[in-house]
Amino acid sequence: MLKSSKYFRSSLGERNFWGFTKCFIEEKREDEAADWWPSWTSLRPLDVSPGYVDEQFVELEELQDDATPNFVEEVVSLFYEDSARLIHAIDQSLENHPIDFAKLDNYMYQFKGSSSSIGAKKVKTECTQFMEYCRAQNVEGCKRTFQQLKGEYTTLQRKLEIYFQ
Amino acid sequence: MNLVASSSVSWKSNSNNSDRVEKNEFPAGLRVLVVDDDPTCLMILEKMLRNCHYEVTKSNRAEIALSMLRENRNGFDIVISDVHMPDMDGFKLLEHVGLEMDLPVIMMSADDSKDVVMKGVTHGACDYLIKPVRIEALKNIWQHVIRKKKHEWKDKDFEQSTNVEDGDQHQKPPEDVDYSSSANEGNWKSSKRRKEEEDETEERDDTSTLKKPRVVWSVELHQQFVQAVNQLGIDKAVPKKILELMNVPGLTRENVASHLQKYRLYLRRLSGVSQHQNGLNDSFMGHPEAAYGTMTSFSGLELQALAATGQLPAQSLATFQAAALGRSATKSAISMPLVDQRNLFSFENPKLRYPEGQQQLNNSNKQINLLHGIPTTMEPKQLADLHQSSQSFVPMNMQGNARMQQNNALLMHMSQQQQKQPSRGQMLNESNNGQVSRPPLSMSQPLSSNGIPAAILSRNGIVDNVRGPVYNPVSQASSMVDFSLNQTTELQNSFPLVSSNSGMSTLTSKRLIPEEVNSDIKGSRGFPVGYDIFEELHQQKSQDWGIQNVGSAFGASDHSSIPGTLDVSPSMLVQQGISSMKKNGQNGNSPMGEPQLNLFSGGNLLTVKAEQLPDTSYQSNFLLEQFGQDDLMSAILKQQESVGEVETEFGFDGYPPLDNLPV
Repeated sequence: MLKSSKYFRSSLGERNFWGFTKCFIEEKREDEAADWWPSWTSLRPLDVSPGYVDEQFVELEELQDDATPNFVEEVVSLFYEDSARLIHAIDQSLENHPIDFAKLDNYMYQFKGSSSSIGAKKVKTECTQFMEYCRAQNVEGCKRTFQQLKGEYTTLQRKLEIYFQ
Repeated sequence: MNLVASSSVSWKSNSNNSDRVEKNEFPAGLRVLVVDDDPTCLMILEKMLRNCHYEVTKSNRAEIALSMLRENRNGFDIVISDVHMPDMDGFKLLEHVGLEMDLPVIMMSADDSKDVVMKGVTHGACDYLIKPVRIEALKNIWQHVIRKKKHEWKDKDFEQSTNVEDGDQHQKPPEDVDYSSSANEGNWKSSKRRKEEEDETEERDDTSTLKKPRVVWSVELHQQFVQAVNQLGIDKAVPKKILELMNVPGLTRENVASHLQKYRLYLRRLSGVSQHQNGLNDSFMGHPEAAYGTMTSFSGLELQALAATGQLPAQSLATFQAAALGRSATKSAISMPLVDQRNLFSFENPKLRYPEGQQQLNNSNKQINLLHGIPTTMEPKQLADLHQSSQSFVPMNMQGNARMQQNNALLMHMSQQQQKQPSRGQMLNESNNGQVSRPPLSMSQPLSSNGIPAAILSRNGIVDNVRGPVYNPVSQASSMVDFSLNQTTELQNSFPLVSSNSGMSTLTSKRLIPEEVNSDIKGSRGFPVGYDIFEELHQQKSQDWGIQNVGSAFGASDHSSIPGTLDVSPSMLVQQGISSMKKNGQNGNSPMGEPQLNLFSGGNLLTVKAEQLPDTSYQSNFLLEQFGQDDLMSAILKQQESVGEVETEFGFDGYPPLDNLPV
């Protein structure tokens, strides 16, 4: 499916942020759309819920090739592992008294970096927000944002799960 | 190279560049080292680079990456590193790579703020990528490799054309530099070991006409280089002389010249970082604490006190020099002030180490002023002597480094307040890595400006008396050196304490341990006194520095005794001790009592009774920083006069030997 997306992408004129989803669907209908349609719809989390991943994700898809057919999946799993550790650390830090904002900022910086690497757009936005609260030493703001972040993170996981199927 | 299946040309091979360029594989095979603590990012980068047909090595730890680079100097063409890493700052890695291996380094970060990008530029990164990195950005990184090689060739060309010695070496056209030179560089680098000097020379001769092997600046080589530069003085360090001093076969003047250029940039950056008023911070950091500690104590009073210990003056000088040498004694920061910091740090000794404890050194200019005051009083001759001494110290420093380090911890503590460049310290620490062999460049220079300490020492008759080491500025250095060499244990103790203590303690008590010293001082005995004295004498500015010095001398813990400013640097400590001794009566502080001397060595050091030194002005000498140079001089002179007045219990008649000092 990824391959088709690439292929499809280049032929697109009209692009949504995916770059191809819209047209793709229509085009596919012309071809063997009936067979493809269901899988495409489920394949494209962006299509369904735009904003969860951005172009960086597409970049990753582009990197995938015959030599490494599961590249995106591998990267995303690695991301889950690493971010789980960070989330846990941040949770713990938020429970500490007094709160070490510098440490939190550091964790979040790392988290932001990895989420932007895989193109997790919404998660990244929450990270930025969190870091701002951190700098302002706003505990409530931090905690609240972190909850939101975790929500976005979970949603992303769900969507990507569908994508990988 | 696997990726470039069809190409027989590789970055490592000796094949002609043109072949490679002609074939479309270029820039395939570029050997990239990627360093990033984020595993996701690392994996993505690796994949991207592989897709560009580069040869990728990845590492998630900067230390590992650095050791990989060191082991295989010619194994990589370019390094890509993240800025924020847990084990080592990306910029530090950048500096290391730039100095030691001279490879192009690309920094990357999710942080795109201007100051961070600027930092990358000032540290010499050849590019800065913002995460998330796109493959398009990576496709063009080969340009940095080519560019760098081109510049090297150009430098060599230039140098060669102007360098008669090089004779018939001629440069290949720049285009050919990159590929072929990398191959040659590999050869060059691998053989660039002392034992392989001959090979290197041969190789060089063979390839000189066609290719210029790239010199790999190993740690040892760089240390030699730094030593040579220090010896010559940063201002006078010309490639030719450095080359002669280094005496490394196979090394060309061009190699040295380009490395010197980089080194200067590095130093400049260091000095720029440490926006200390006096700009001494940088220099301070690296200076051996011992050296500085002693230096600061050069105030007239101190000298006298030192004289009592006998060791002190010489020691101070020694420490001073040692400090200049850039030992890791961050504590030296304190002592630095004594030396004309400006001069000292003009080079910015990059190798300075910050003692672990270095946290915000109070970086008060005042502290630095302390030193400033002193230098002015030095006579040119003395300065010259000092300079010489310092130079001789260089080797000493290295040996004493271990000791200094110990001292450093102590001094550092003391000088913490004074120094304000914690970052600098870190940087320095890193760069120093405890390498003794890297005396700060500033060493050679500063001494001249520090005339005062030397002057003081010379005036201090005590020097002669104590233990024997000669305390003239000139001789002091040498004696100090000997002293330090021979009396490692002693020095250790003494060093930490802002020089003065160290000198004293080591000399007299031989068992002066920083901890002990601190505890002795703890009573903050001298603090209030010293402080007061300074205040009295120098209305100009009761610098925290002075007080701080005092405070620090006595141990950080004692700072509380002196409200606020007691973070006196170690140098002050000595002074404090002395002043406290003298001040005994003056301040009305109890500390002044006899225990003052204990500061230096668990009490054994000097039995000088504080009461004996009623002369406050004497103490003011210690607060060098507080006074302007002129003031300092006058203070010192005054002290000297007053010294005579002081009871001779200490035997302080104009720095007479301290007979009654229990040694």
